[in-house]
This record gives sequence, structure tokens and C-alpha cells, in this order.
Amino acid sequence: MSVATAPAPSVVPSAALSSNLSADMLPVLRERGQREVFCGLTGIVWLHRKVQDAFFLVVGSRTCAHLLQSAAGVMVFAEPRFATAIIEERDLAGLADANEELDRVVRRLLARRPEIKLLFLVGSCPSEVIKLDLSRAAVRLNAGLGGDVRVLNYSGSGIETTFTQGEDACLAALVPVMPASDVSQLLIVGALPDIVEDQFRRLFAELGIARVASLPPRRAKDLASVGPGTRFLLAQPFLGDTAHALEERGAVHLPAMFPFGAEGTTAWLHAAAEAFGIDEMHFRSVVAPGRERAKRAIARHAERLAGKSIFFMPDSQLEVPLARFLSNELGMELVEVGTPYLHRSHLAADLAALPAGTQLSEGQDVERQLDRVRAARPDLTVCGLGLANPLEREGLSTKWSIELVFSPVHGFEQAGDLAELFARPLVRRDRLAV
Amino acid sequence: MQLTVWTYEGPPHVGAMRVATGMTGLHYVLHAPQGDTYADLLFTMIERRGARPPVTYTTFQARDLGKDTAELFQSAARDAYARFQPQAMIVGASCTAELIQDDPAGLAQTMGLPCPVIALDLPSYSHKENWGAAETFYQIVRQLADRTRVAAPRDGRRPTANLLGPTALGFRHRDDIVEVTKLLAGLGIDVRMTAPLGAAPADITGIGEADFNVLMYPETGDQAARWLEKTFGQKFTRTVPIGVGATREFIAEAARLAGVDVPADPDSGRMPWWSRSVDSNYLTGKRVFVFGDATHAIAAARVARDELGFEVVGLGCYNREFARDIRAAAALYGVEPLITDDYLAVEEAIAAANCELVLGTQMERHIAKRLRLPCAVISAPVHVQDFPARHSPQMGFEGANVIFDTWVHPLVMGLEEHLLTMFRDDFEFSDAAGPSHLGHGAAPATTTQELPEAAMRPDVAAAVSPAPADPEGWLPDAERELMKIPFFVRNKARRNTERYASEKGVRSISVETLYEAKAHYAR
Repeated sequence: MSVATAPAPSVVPSAALSSNLSADMLPVLRERGQREVFCGLTGIVWLHRKVQDAFFLVVGSRTCAHLLQSAAGVMVFAEPRFATAIIEERDLAGLADANEELDRVVRRLLARRPEIKLLFLVGSCPSEVIKLDLSRAAVRLNAGLGGDVRVLNYSGSGIETTFTQGEDACLAALVPVMPASDVSQLLIVGALPDIVEDQFRRLFAELGIARVASLPPRRAKDLASVGPGTRFLLAQPFLGDTAHALEERGAVHLPAMFPFGAEGTTAWLHAAAEAFGIDEMHFRSVVAPGRERAKRAIARHAERLAGKSIFFMPDSQLEVPLARFLSNELGMELVEVGTPYLHRSHLAADLAALPAGTQLSEGQDVERQLDRVRAARPDLTVCGLGLANPLEREGLSTKWSIELVFSPVHGFEQAGDLAELFARPLVRRDRLAV
Repeated sequence: MQLTVWTYEGPPHVGAMRVATGMTGLHYVLHAPQGDTYADLLFTMIERRGARPPVTYTTFQARDLGKDTAELFQSAARDAYARFQPQAMIVGASCTAELIQDDPAGLAQTMGLPCPVIALDLPSYSHKENWGAAETFYQIVRQLADRTRVAAPRDGRRPTANLLGPTALGFRHRDDIVEVTKLLAGLGIDVRMTAPLGAAPADITGIGEADFNVLMYPETGDQAARWLEKTFGQKFTRTVPIGVGATREFIAEAARLAGVDVPADPDSGRMPWWSRSVDSNYLTGKRVFVFGDATHAIAAARVARDELGFEVVGLGCYNREFARDIRAAAALYGVEPLITDDYLAVEEAIAAANCELVLGTQMERHIAKRLRLPCAVISAPVHVQDFPARHSPQMGFEGANVIFDTWVHPLVMGLEEHLLTMFRDDFEFSDAAGPSHLGHGAAPATTTQELPEAAMRPDVAAAVSPAPADPEGWLPDAERELMKIPFFVRNKARRNTERYASEKGVRSISVETLYEAKAHYAR
């Protein structure tokens, strides 16, 4: 398909994004200091729900176990599909062979949970620092388990990963074991709630893209194939290593805005339609109903949010696309858009759509950043749970960023819900008379 | 390595945070990797604190490891002092920083910071949260207490006491302080300070000036109390005033230490009469399983048996440091002590105990939910629900009132039990209605929805309903008879009958077996 003219004014065709010059013009504040963020282990909280026969075994300390249970809402009803092999004094003192200990723990675990088909050994800060080689452990265990369970490893350590980067590391670990295939297919990359994934699949089917696969799969045995015929869309902006690994296997990345809001979702779908040679008129007619519904749903919240100022503390790497959505589709004013890591090429389309002069910040010095929040007194601050109540106590409304990662927020049908997440703290503040 | 699903205690530096966050004017510089800041949310979300914990984390990353993490620590400490101007600082390492051996203690000492700096050595790979809190409090007291400031001669002045042990994120510490202060006031004793909760480093310097100490929570205050006794000759109370009996003993003990008269007949609140009232008859001999931190578990067992007339069928704690106390208490009740921090072992023990009420932590609340048993929470680890808006102490006579309500509420009330039996054939009285006071609706259905994973686990499934002795299992007549038993005791009847059948080698369960089992287990 030749380069398409924009089907609608708000859609930025991917071909127009060859340069990220405009993005480079945005001022970026780079800071080093205390970072108030989760480590990559936190991704386990949503990944273990997504891949239903996978188990995540963190090899770490009591702190890792405590983090997971705190981040998972403190307590979960059922026994979860994750656990921690807590390194103890005798492991460090060399009284116990760490590898033998790990094998023993894995065997005990698999005996208790025979339904597990995919086991991730997840590295942590302590396991990285003592240089416990989990990739060799995975090879050894794979040989010993006779193919019933596949064992992979990745690192979710805080010294190497920030929050959502844990998902990136996990998915990147899956790429080498994806079967090779030249078949032409579209791959959606990034953990999405099943309901959202199904909505996208219906849209791609209507568009006429016959073969669509997802990474991660819902079940380990359904792991997609990959090869030169694979073109992939990133559903999340934090999947740099995964995208790189897929490209190494011959897959082609389709750059696009991320699918938040009516515009983002349209642009994202359009990137795939374009790559698969879908007729422009057909594309417009397929996306029109969802796009209209999204716009109507967003409009209900625009009245509340338009003109309100918002400050993003760095957290999930979703900040840039969300800022683009809130600014362009809801009329909010961006005070500062902080992100732990700015992946310029993946975010090119969203960066280009940000208003000129938007203040970006990368990395964090939490004390200085809070000074800026207090000085600006934004109408809404997006931040982690450790900061939310203290800011509320200072009279500043907040949105917990973790909800943006745990809730279905992608695509047309969730655009209104996404806007509502930002509107709710303001609505609540207006309602309360205590 | 220890395979862990849920943990009762965090690492020791979280204990240090509970001390630092409880105090004022103190700042904690923690050498820790990015991500360890998660611990802030325990305080801001669970306890709903309106301020961040006074903790600066160095949050080093991989790229810092090749360079100078020691310099990172020093600049973090310098910045923290400049910004917060604390009266004193505590410094230490989390589990990962412990491995890279930067020695925060030594680094901080050489910096010449203009405030006392207390170095903490909290080994993360062998110790846990409560120990970390106790050690931190002890170090603060040991290094800040001014040994020249001792109690003034009495000369007719009122006696004074320090309350030791309450921390941030403690189970009902906020309200227990109020009750203990009230009890002491009734004896004419003034509280000189409460520490760590609410104390500043400047207050701690004068900790030796009180006549004696009240050790509220041995888990966090025992070490400091012993040191204060050795150094200042301050005696301390050893009775933890949870329950009516323990509160009366505490009053006597405090009066003795203060050198005042023990009041003849203190007003003991409503609990004793509520328990003697005939509507409480149905509580007699209810089988309870008790698990928590040692102090709360031991106190709960005593209240359960002596003040509510329950039968204690299980007693345990997760903190090994107090294993000896739990063993001694378990001997009193003739039960095997359960000392473990393995959540799955506790679940097995509860399932096997055939109990009617679980008194435990938030972990046991979930176990009890899974096993469809009533439960009340008596101990940390805490949950947002353990910070009620209303005054809700565990200690003192008001604490006993609260305990009566909290423990009895989850049980089906005695009168309701009779009515259910009387009207069980009434068409409007269907099983699906559930106990009215719990508002559960169709409880069995929600259980299966909540617990898809538990259902898949062979071990738990087996623990919940032991397999009958024989594939024949229940004969149709027996099954019909079982359905006539009120639903809230039906599971127990089923379990007992199946256990009886399996013990006796009965291959198929008849109506006869059902009643044989009922007679066998009748108490």
C-alpha cells in the first residue's frame, strides 16, 4: 500500500513519523536522586493472572516477598501463582549449595502445583548481586524435568528494572522460545486484559487481518510463532527489550501512537491496517462505530477535566501516551510529564502529538519533584501509593498510578473508563463536604 | 532457601521503619536499591498516614554498582540532613545493600553530621521485622539516653512511667496507649513518655527519669526495657493487659512498681457480665484456634478459655523469638504449640483442628474464609481494616469490651441457632439465605468463585473435606439426613462423620454412621 493520506485529521499516519525532531524540541529534565518507584518484580502481580498456567518463582529476599504481597493489595484470597524462594544466611555463607537449594524448592513447588506448564525463575537484587546464574539454573532444570514444564528466567530486580520493565524482561525471555515461522501475521505485544485483547482481535478480524497472535499468550502452549512474516504492534510503551528481541527474530515493528483514547486507538489500528494493505475506506468504516462510542464516552468527562492541570510523577512509562490522551482528547494542561525512562523511538508518535513546550522529566529526585508539585499545585497529580495520601493531606488531588496498570484502559471501549479514572478524584473532591 | 507464599513479617529494616515513622524528629537513611521504597505505602495506605515515612532511600541501580555506591550513600545522608534537619538520624542497609558491604555505619560516622547518628546492623538474611523494630528501638535508647538523668526522689510527687513498645503500623497501638494511660491515671501514675510512638530523640534522652516502665509490646520493647532496668534500675511490668484478668493483674503489678495501693474493686467494664449473661451460654466449649504474634496469641488464649468459656484447640505464633512463651502457654491448654512462619502449615493445622472459631491475623482470616470458619483478627500483620476510625483498643477493660464484641460477632448467635433449628423445615428458611447477621447471601456459591485456585490444589481440597473411607461414601439416606442438619453445622457434621468412618474403617456411611459419629464427638 502506498503512503496513505490521513483518513481523518486526528490520525497521524505512521509514515509521517520518520523524524522525531518535534519530539526532540520538548524540554527534558534529567534528574538523579531518590526514585520513588516499584521494581520490576511488581509486574508479576498482573502477569501471573494473564498467563494462566505460568508460575513466577522469585529468587530473592524477604523484602521481595514482602513487596509482592504489599503490591498485590496486601492480601489475596487464593494461593497465587507466584512465590519467593527466600535466600537465607546459610545460602550466603556457602553452607548450602544455592543451586541444589533452588532445585529442591522448584521440585517441591511443582509437586504441589502439577498444573504449572511454564515456570519463570525471576532474578532479584540479591540474586543479581551474589551472581546466582538463573539462566544456567533454567537450563539445568529443563533438562531434569523432561519437558513437562518449561523453565525460563528473567530479572525483575530493582537494580536493573523499574516497575513495568519487569514485564518487558519477562516477555523478552519468551521471545527466544517462540517457534520460528515465516507466516504472515500480526502480533500484539504486551499483556492486556483478556476482554480488551478480544475487542482488538474482533476489530482486526473485521479489518481482514486473518492471523493475529498475542504475546504473552493466555496459556503457555499457545505461544505464538515469529519470523520475517511477523509484524507487531506494541500495546505498551515499556517493551523496548521485547521489541528488540522480536526484531532480532525478523519481526517488523509497526510504529504507532499507543491505543489510549479515540485518537490513539485509531492510529494504532491504522498502523496495522496500513501494513496489511487494508483499504482505507474499509478501515474507516470498521473503526467508525468504536471510535464514535469512545468519543461520546470521553466527552462526558471532558467537561470536568478540560483546563485542569495535571502533573505526572514517573512510574509506569505510560505517562507520555496518557499525557497525550489527556491533553489532546480531554483538554487538560500538562504541568510536568515525568517518566522513569523515555523510549524516544517507541514514543515518537505520542511525543510528536504533545503540545509544544511540554515539560518532560526522566529519572527522579523525589524530594525536588515534590517541591515542584507543591509550587505548581496542579489540579491532579498522578503518583504512586506511597505519595498519594501525603499529597492529599496537603490538599492536592491525586490519581494512583498503579490503577492505570491494573485496569482495562486500552482501546475504544475503555476510553471513557480511562478518562473517568482521572475525573473521579476531582468529582469526589467536589462531592465531599467533610 | 525457604519457599514462601505469604509472609507474616517483613524484613528487619521495615521494623526499623516502624520505629522511625512512629517517632518525630528522627530520620532514617536507608542504603537500598530502587524498588525498596514500596515500604512507604504500608504506612501511607494501610495506616492512612498523611505524611511520608521519614526515610531517605539511596535507590541505587546496576549502573551505580560499578561506580561508587558509598558516595551515593553519603550524598543521600547529607541531603537528608539539610532538608529535614532531624534531631537524630538512624542509618542502615536493606538486604541488597548488606551484600555490597558499603558499611553505612562507618560512612556516616566519618561525615561529621551535626546530629547524633545511630548505626543499625540488621541482618536481613537471618532476622525479621519485629526483631528489627526491637533492635532499632534498643539502639536508639542505648545511644541517646542520658545516663545522668535519673528519676528524682519521690518526695510526695506522683509516680511516673514510660510506655514502651508502640510503633507505627502496630495492631491497635494507637488505642491501647489511651487505655493503658487511663489505667495508670486511675492509680495516680503519670505517663512520662510513650516510645517509640510519638517520642522525639530529645525526649529519649530523658527516658531514665521515669520511676518504672510499662512494657506494652514485648515484641518491640523487651530489649530496651531490659537495658533500661540494668542501666537505670527501672523495673518494668511483664503483664500485658489484654483481657479482664490480665488487666486486673496489670493494675496490681503497676501499683506495686509505683509503690501505691492496689484499688480494691476496679470497675472492670461490661465484659464480665456480658459473658455471664445467659445469652452467652452458647459460647461454652466453642473450639477456637489461636495464632498470631506470641504476645497477642497468649493473651487471646487466656481470654478465650477463662473469660468466654471457649476451648482452646490450637495455639501458635509466627515469631520464633518468643517460642518459649508459646510452649509454656500451650502446655496450660494441653495443645501442641505451633511455631512457624509457614502460612501453609498454619492452614493445615487449622483444617485439622476441627475448630469453630479462628482467632488469628489477616492471614488466618483468609484461611478461615477458605475453610468457611468464622474468624476474628487479634494480631499483626495488619490490614487497612485493622485501623478503624473508631476507638478500638485491645488493652484494658475497654479493650476487653471490644474483644467480646469482635470475637462473638462472627459466630452465629445462640438464639439464632435455636430458631434456625426450630424453623429449618420452613420454606422461607432456606439454606441459601445464610445467617442473617453476616449478610452473605448464598455463601457457598461465592466461596467457589473466590477460590478457583484453592479448589485446584489437591492438598487444600483434601484438608477441607477428607476423602471418605470408600468410593461408596454417603448412602442416599444418610445424605438426605445430613441435609436436614442446619447448614451452618452441616460441614462440621460431614467432616466428623467422614473422619469417624475412616477411623472405624466403615466403608459406606449410613444414617446409623451419622448418629454414631454424632455420639462419638458429642461433648
